[in-house]
Amino acid sequence: MEQSIYRSHILICGGTGCVSSGCKEVRSSLEDELARHDLEDEIKVLETGCHGFCEKGPLIIVYPESVFYCELKPENMEKLVEEHILKGKIVEEFLYQEPVTNESVRSYKDIDFYKKQERNALANCGHIDPEEIEEYIATGGYQAIGKALTEMTPQEVIDEVKDSGLRGRGGGGFPAGLKWQFASEAEGDKKYVICNADEGDPGAFMDRSLLEGDPHRIIEGMVIAAYAIGADEGYVYVRAEYPLAIKRLRIAIEEAEEYGLLGDNLFGTDFNFDLHIKEGAGAFVCGEETALMASIEGKRGMPRPRPPFPAQKGLWGKPSNINNVETYANVPDVIQDGAETYKQVGTEGSTGTKVFALTGKINNTGLAEVPMGITMREIIYDIGGGINDGKEFKAVQIGGPSGGCLPEDKLDLTIDYDSLLEVGAMMGSGGLVVMDEDTCMVDVSRFFLDFTQSESCGKCTPCRVGTKQMLDILERITTGEGQEGDIELLEELAENIKSTSLCGLGQTAPNPVLSTLRYFRDEYEAHIYEQNCPAGACEELLGAYVIDGEACVGCTACTDACPVDAISGEAKEEHQIDEDACIACGACVEKCPVDAITQ
Amino acid sequence: MDTITVTIDGQQVEVDQQATLLDAANKLDIEIPTLCYHPDLTLHGSCRICVVEDAESGNLLASCATPVTDGMKIKTASDKVITARKMNLELLLSDHPNDCMTCEADGACELQELVYEYGVTEPSFGLMEEQKFEVKNENPFIEFDQNKCILCGKCVRVDNEVQCSGAIDFTERGFQSKVGVPFDQDLGADHSSCVFCGQCVEMCPTGALTYKPAKGLGREYELESVQTTCPYCGVGCQIELKVKDNKIVKVGSVYQEDSPNPIGETCVKGRFAYDFVDHPERLTKPLIKKDGEFEEASWDEALDYVADKLTTITEEDGGEAVAALTSARCTNEENYLLQKFMRGVVGTNSIDHCARL
Repeated sequence: MEQSIYRSHILICGGTGCVSSGCKEVRSSLEDELARHDLEDEIKVLETGCHGFCEKGPLIIVYPESVFYCELKPENMEKLVEEHILKGKIVEEFLYQEPVTNESVRSYKDIDFYKKQERNALANCGHIDPEEIEEYIATGGYQAIGKALTEMTPQEVIDEVKDSGLRGRGGGGFPAGLKWQFASEAEGDKKYVICNADEGDPGAFMDRSLLEGDPHRIIEGMVIAAYAIGADEGYVYVRAEYPLAIKRLRIAIEEAEEYGLLGDNLFGTDFNFDLHIKEGAGAFVCGEETALMASIEGKRGMPRPRPPFPAQKGLWGKPSNINNVETYANVPDVIQDGAETYKQVGTEGSTGTKVFALTGKINNTGLAEVPMGITMREIIYDIGGGINDGKEFKAVQIGGPSGGCLPEDKLDLTIDYDSLLEVGAMMGSGGLVVMDEDTCMVDVSRFFLDFTQSESCGKCTPCRVGTKQMLDILERITTGEGQEGDIELLEELAENIKSTSLCGLGQTAPNPVLSTLRYFRDEYEAHIYEQNCPAGACEELLGAYVIDGEACVGCTACTDACPVDAISGEAKEEHQIDEDACIACGACVEKCPVDAITQ
Repeated sequence: MDTITVTIDGQQVEVDQQATLLDAANKLDIEIPTLCYHPDLTLHGSCRICVVEDAESGNLLASCATPVTDGMKIKTASDKVITARKMNLELLLSDHPNDCMTCEADGACELQELVYEYGVTEPSFGLMEEQKFEVKNENPFIEFDQNKCILCGKCVRVDNEVQCSGAIDFTERGFQSKVGVPFDQDLGADHSSCVFCGQCVEMCPTGALTYKPAKGLGREYELESVQTTCPYCGVGCQIELKVKDNKIVKVGSVYQEDSPNPIGETCVKGRFAYDFVDHPERLTKPLIKKDGEFEEASWDEALDYVADKLTTITEEDGGEAVAALTSARCTNEENYLLQKFMRGVVGTNSIDHCARL
């Protein structure tokens, strides 16, 4: 295809995060401005996938200068076009400001959020147009398939992946090459490869970003897996709540078919591969591989006992290989650059990089891809920019509902699959929820149990009823009804649910409770024995607010702030709070200039 | 086929490679309790009552769902196993009504038996306090109390795999999960594909699915079982009459490999249409119509009467003047005999069978 030559390329992030913060309006305003100055033939506007820095969206990068503008609004476009595009002057006010030094940063490469990252799987996200196959090919895309199909035997491909040490990025961390080996050795007239894109952990969105930003990379990874195990058909199981990912993946599949990268006789060989999309209907449990396959087959998404594993009896009873999106995204690099190069990044037991979704009480929320072996401190403070509003760090929840909460003394832990398991957490899909001093750890457990309880498929007894009992106990603790023996009962239940549940959802559901009991047991005890929530988060345990008469200056700020008129007092005189009327919302505390209100 | 040796509670046993731990234990006559397992249905593995301990790793394994591996050492009654089974029973009880006194399943309830056996006298999580679901019992045959359901899924499997009605399946998620029916209606309602074969009731380990006509008529242990052949058609299904005081209380299933219905299948007639047995209007003697009224007769009288009439008709108008209609409730042999008699003796080909109507 002929590509026109442009003076400048403007890349605008079109990931779901930026769509929510208004990138569509920014883009249309930008295009209007360019048209107003007759610049359409000189300047090309490209909508890319996610840049990862969702906190600061909508984002734009102007090439060739690679200037990074953030937090843009449609009305900023006039100035941006007139100053930067017409006059070549960088618009300082739209640049990213370092929160500590307040310095403006021109290139995204110099921003702390990106500096410590090693964006391999996400390399193209935010830099290419995901709806143009040529852009992927221009970055070296689809070369790995060519190499695998024309220069390597299927076993050599498997050996390369085994040697790379690549482990499943979906949660369990099972070695991908070994999984491929099992599927390859299984006897069957028909085999499938499946991509698990049923991303369900609260706060995790790396799979969505990969599919939105670089769908061809996933297709390429799947084709290589199919060749390795001898499959000729595949499915991407993606949740229907990801319409943009589905749309871009659909376009990518059509393009790949047109270019002969999917279909029959790929690269002139006798290898054929067709790929389909199956939209999931939003059940968290469908991320469990046997439930996922049942769902593809049109059945209720319910796990079945393993063995037999999917490699022996998978989709429609045929040997199947199932990996997560991010796992497949790593495959082209493993094949193209070789296992030796791939292994250079990461630790011995956990090679390569991992994408984490940073959320919670952290300054820079977004997606960060980092080498395995990085410390939690580096992710939270160097990349994530530390805790919001200058508050104290309390804990980080890693691994979603199956993971655990780690306290401050684990901040210097190097992150890999095994180190996390040792401290009672797990990699999971890579969700990182940061919590500050105002977060109650018992309440956090209650939140996660509420999630797993509602998302349990209801099949096995310990998961269906056991998580409900745990949730009931946590609810009574957080509402001040905790009883002596509740902690022990929680521990017994947790042990039973872990050891007797049918699938991974149940087996890991108690982890948030166990890890908070391990590191924050005193908070549980304070709730039960002292009727006190040390973080001040559990409303039922908070006492009434009182005004210290000596400190009060009678400014009336509290009276104005109170939504239920519970505060009385004349101006410049001491104020009082009516305990019965007070709803303990804390609005008065925020407004009081002399900190005279306490609980 | 290759065999594998495993050790269960210190006893070695050689089993087929495809066997599960439960199969191996059964071979040694070591009893492992189950609630969701049934040999004729697909594996479900949901109740987690049949857990056993792998002596090496200490892991708990669902014995119904775990294939044997060579050299495996299993403990079926360790403290860990008993504790886990007991807690899973407690969990089931916490979501189950405490109405054994009036429950139809009392004495035949597998949950009740296990709770008794494991001595769950003070369940840690209490018992169901508020009824979660309305009982469905508007149809004449089956009462469906979802509150008593432990979601073992045997009814769902027998319905979908054996009877193939597709009348029930799992719905909802989490603690609200249940065996559901279309639009939450009663079995047999407008959108229901239930044919009232009763197989689900037979499979139910608790009192969630019970026979409505049998309600209050007798406890399982009071009933005498009589295996018989269903009288409704020539298939010859085996059924089990559950009898009290010489009256049929209900019809159970017979699971017998060489029978025409090896997984206890019956139709609605075989399962529920037994009223006629003790019905006051049931014909027990031949009747001959005299002067417009039926009068009781002896079998000799009746047979002479029929023979005379057949002779007269065939002599006067030929065999073609006679036709015979046989019944699906007769055996194949009886049907064969009648057609032979009509063709060979009476001389007519006009013979048919009610199943064609």
